[in-house]
Amino acid sequence: MSRELPAWIDIGVLPALNILMAFLVAGLIVLLVGENPLEALDVLVAGAFGYPGSLGYTLYYTTNLIFTGLAVAVAHHAGLFNIGGEGQAYIGGLGVGVVALSLDTALPGWLLIPLAGLAGGVFGAAWAFIPAWLQAHRGSHIVITTIMFNFLAAALMVHLMVNVVIEPGQMSPQSREMAESAWLPFMHDILAGFGIDVTPAPLNLSIVWAGLACIFVWLLIWRTRWGYAIRTVGHNEKAAVYAGIDPKRVIVVSMVISGALAGFVGLNEILGVHHRLLLNFTAGYGFTGIAVALMGRSHPVGIVLASLLFGALYQGGTELDFEFQTITRDLVVVIQGLVILFSGALAFMLHPTALKLWRAWTARREAAQ
Amino acid sequence: MTDLADLWLLSILTLDATIRVAAPLILCAMAGLFSERSGVVDIGLEGKMLAGAFAAAATAYVTGNAWLGLLAAMAVSTALAMLHGFACITHRGDQVVSGVAINVLVAGLTIVLGIAWFSQGGQTPPLASDGRFRALVWPFATAVREVPVIGQLYAEVISGHNILVYVALLSVPFNWWVVYRTRFGLRLRAVGESPSAVDTAGISVTFLRYRALLFTGALCGIAGAYLSTAQSAAFVRDMTAGKGYIALAALIFGKWRPVPALMACLLFGFLDAVATRLQGVEIPGIGRAPVALIQALPYALTVILLAGFIGKAIAPRAIGVPYVKER
Repeated sequence: MSRELPAWIDIGVLPALNILMAFLVAGLIVLLVGENPLEALDVLVAGAFGYPGSLGYTLYYTTNLIFTGLAVAVAHHAGLFNIGGEGQAYIGGLGVGVVALSLDTALPGWLLIPLAGLAGGVFGAAWAFIPAWLQAHRGSHIVITTIMFNFLAAALMVHLMVNVVIEPGQMSPQSREMAESAWLPFMHDILAGFGIDVTPAPLNLSIVWAGLACIFVWLLIWRTRWGYAIRTVGHNEKAAVYAGIDPKRVIVVSMVISGALAGFVGLNEILGVHHRLLLNFTAGYGFTGIAVALMGRSHPVGIVLASLLFGALYQGGTELDFEFQTITRDLVVVIQGLVILFSGALAFMLHPTALKLWRAWTARREAAQ
Repeated sequence: MTDLADLWLLSILTLDATIRVAAPLILCAMAGLFSERSGVVDIGLEGKMLAGAFAAAATAYVTGNAWLGLLAAMAVSTALAMLHGFACITHRGDQVVSGVAINVLVAGLTIVLGIAWFSQGGQTPPLASDGRFRALVWPFATAVREVPVIGQLYAEVISGHNILVYVALLSVPFNWWVVYRTRFGLRLRAVGESPSAVDTAGISVTFLRYRALLFTGALCGIAGAYLSTAQSAAFVRDMTAGKGYIALAALIFGKWRPVPALMACLLFGFLDAVATRLQGVEIPGIGRAPVALIQALPYALTVILLAGFIGKAIAPRAIGVPYVKER
């Protein structure tokens, strides 16, 4: 794309218009099913922020989305599309769960929790490593392999949960509850320690880790030699080779970091909320991460804002179920799809028009002078 | 002797189940073949099939006519294929992102519309028999059933499917004929390998790719209609359950060729049929059959193939790259 447009249009106005279009179409769909879109928006906002504890839920969803959004973004900087966030998060959660379940009676919490978190990162990274290695060394397309690895992760988890990890004597495939020492402290408990009283919510300490991950990704991508190599490969692989960068290594490194970030979803879900290993705790966060990264333009600041928006939509969406007969939280999935469509696939749709308008405007300004 | 007869019957029933499971995969793989051979990646097979399934069930319920349902499915799925084309061909958007967008959008939209229109938690009401494609019993099928060996094969495997199964099977020679024996097919293959050469010859790359997507949309729509109005009698939430991706895997496994892709669909369908049959069965020495792992085999096989360990899958050369005409 040309650099002719000023930055405020290119990274300010156009992306904002794209998101606006996504929400306008969502509003039209709400109209189509016979409800008032503004009322729905009202319920969404009230559900996400208005009730006691709702902010805690919103931020809990946000935490997951920051991890998966960053995961997609890091791969994206290297020119890779990691659709496998869902599977990496799933296997990351397995790592967290396995460590926590096998050591929760032996180790104190201050040692166990970092260890389990590390396992989450390592398991997620390992699940991303295989597609990355195959892409780098065997030329198999990473999009296809990461999709396959999502399904492989799901099958592996079903197999393990049903046949291995299941609590003896239980019918539903979930593990025993972990000892309380393995639980990540809830934010409402921490705040209560400071004398601040808030309504209990699933929000836990992992949001701090998500914040640190944002800073880490920013430093990595824009302030280190590795980040430079990643961005160079993402922009132009041939130029990278001329610059002495090995694209194969960059592909593997960026995917491993990406997978580790996705794996931390397990930290939030398993140690933070469920306190046991169970099926389907990833609930589509990996896919929403794609929307988050596209909307946030693969920049940590943008990703935090986009995660907050989608976190609010997730939480506000549950409120839709109560308030409306005809619309449910599935509307949020529609919005998510529309955001991916307009901010991703159709990201350049308005570009030629904007360019034309900008040229006309500058020409007129010059003529006036 | 009875053991042998039982085994024969078992394999016939498994073959029968294989064809039923493979039919939507075949339609979807043939759909993907058109798109991908023209150079447009289609991750959105899943979404188009799901949309087709919903449109077919909803229309067939309202009108009581399965054929109108099929038409609606093809129309909706084709509209989505055109959306994909609008994003990726006209606006040169990322083809994978566009496919993901369609999948996510449809996953949400079918439920939102389903709840709004039918108030059954996202399902469509069950279809009466006129709203469905029912099994066609071929001539003499009941008469020859008692004939050993051949009779069972005729009655169970060849006869007794609904018409869409035969459409799925016919879509393979149709696809082969179009891609390898028509002028359009020659150009289709060319545009997937070297769009600039096609452009130089004075043929519109854009129009050609849009036409390829028309086929893709129509075939995905039939696959969707099969799921909701032939195999079952209603639309249920997420009823494609990854079949679009399995079809994509089969297409790759078949190296983007019609007949090998058909074989891959049958293989994957067979694995699924076996896994279903083994549900809860104890295998001596292994214990309970690892059904989930058998069902994951198609994905594992595709990864192994893509890694170049069993033959080499070479994609159309221009796949995934938007065509920019030189100015």
